[in-house]
Amino acid sequence: MLSTIAMVLSLIVGLSLIYLLIRTIQGHPVERRIVFIYIGLAVVLPLLMNKTLPLPITKDVQKLYDQLEKLQPGSKVLCAFDYDPPSAPELQPMAVAFLKYAFKKDLKIIIMGLWPQGPQQAQQAIEEAMLDPIIAGKNLVQGEDWVNLGFQSGNEFVIQSMGTEFKRMFPKDNRHIAYGEIPLLQDVVNFSNVDFVINFSAGKPGTTEWVQFGVDRFGFEMVAGNTAVQAPMMYPYLRTGQLKGLLGGMSGAAEFEKILDEKGKASTFLLAQTFAHATVIIFIIIGNLAFFSSRKKKMAGTP
Amino acid sequence: MRRQIPILITTIAGLVFAISYFIPHDPFGESESIFGDWITIVQAFAVWLGALNLLKISFEKISSKSADWPYAAIIVVSLMGTLAVGFYDGYSGMAQDPQISFRDPGTNFDWLYRFIYTPLSATMFSMLAFFVASASYRAFRARNVQATLLLIAGFFVMGGRVPLFDMMISPITDFPVFSWFADWIMTYPNTAGQRAIMIGIALGIMSSSLRIILGIERSHIGGGSG
Repeated sequence: MLSTIAMVLSLIVGLSLIYLLIRTIQGHPVERRIVFIYIGLAVVLPLLMNKTLPLPITKDVQKLYDQLEKLQPGSKVLCAFDYDPPSAPELQPMAVAFLKYAFKKDLKIIIMGLWPQGPQQAQQAIEEAMLDPIIAGKNLVQGEDWVNLGFQSGNEFVIQSMGTEFKRMFPKDNRHIAYGEIPLLQDVVNFSNVDFVINFSAGKPGTTEWVQFGVDRFGFEMVAGNTAVQAPMMYPYLRTGQLKGLLGGMSGAAEFEKILDEKGKASTFLLAQTFAHATVIIFIIIGNLAFFSSRKKKMAGTP
Repeated sequence: MRRQIPILITTIAGLVFAISYFIPHDPFGESESIFGDWITIVQAFAVWLGALNLLKISFEKISSKSADWPYAAIIVVSLMGTLAVGFYDGYSGMAQDPQISFRDPGTNFDWLYRFIYTPLSATMFSMLAFFVASASYRAFRARNVQATLLLIAGFFVMGGRVPLFDMMISPITDFPVFSWFADWIMTYPNTAGQRAIMIGIALGIMSSSLRIILGIERSHIGGGSG
């Protein structure tokens, strides 16, 4: 019922945009507040629709998936959570989908963060992943199947020091258990003892620092999930193979959920983003019509 | 001496980091780790410095009753309240068996994080959507060739990053025009531009690093260059 109402309202909003378009051509430009209202509606209404869109898988997401598929059960994956709540709508669905996949595949997860809030976001992602009946049935144990090493300040120097010894930067995990007493970390000294690295990043320190100070120097294989704003900066690393795959923004998260067959929040949020993009594009067209209309009037000499 | 010693430390640390990249063996490898630890410790202190600075500025605003001083009061109360809750949870967690961290699920600090900090910061960030839309509406105009090219690129990247636009043209063609063009823009023109920026930044970092290591640039210790 709610979904039908939302769809009808969206249709009305869409038609009213055509009305705005005609008004603009007639010489009545749209106010800033009107743009705000339309963007608000474009984001909220799709969230009530409970619909998903058919989504093709891009090659960067496919490459990332292929890398993950190569990992054998028991492989150790270092998972760096370098983001905070503002970026969570884009990055948290990626993290949850990855953790579900990893736990189902019996990968061993080592969590850390260069952002203070990162390990807490990881904790929330683990809790959400654990709600999956298959994962809950595995009775996973913290310290044996996954470990959360917490946050360490120092940005890229943390990565550099971890190249010598993880213990140096993380003497205890987030439960105050000494590094040497954690079963999962018994034979993990540095990057040469982990099979793969995945980084969820919203800025600095993040994927750029992991590539420059980690991949380039210590030679491990890495993929990343980035916010839509940051993703374009990672393309040079993708093209050179320094990054083996990339999830970019909400669409990357939704594609990741689709390829892993894990229906999550990104697939739902993508509809809101689609409507928001469409609204912005329509307003850009309206803005340009207003611009050309006023220029035509000026050239014609009318006030 | 107040200037020479910091310059000496900077020079030694800078050289150690540069050399250890190519010769990661002792004594450079170990020295690099020691300097790395120093940097981590200094950065941890910087967090405190930032918090104390925030408190100082906020107290000054409150005492002088300057414009928007109630917001400064809210900052002080929020900061002190969060600190108190964190310390309380951390202290009481140490007494439990097994020990729990103040950040663990179920603690008061975790409640603050999940139900106050997370929605507030998400709200601030979400407001960007409104401002970006409004700015796009007002600024994305085809005024000249360059602006028109940017407009076309923006149109295809925004359209290609969501499936709706390819769906809309699917009755005409099965080829995903929007997503293909968005991907092309990101893979080729964007990568070329990003590489140029990265190379420029790297050269800039190298030249300023050399100036600092050689003691030519001294602004970081409170003096001018030269």
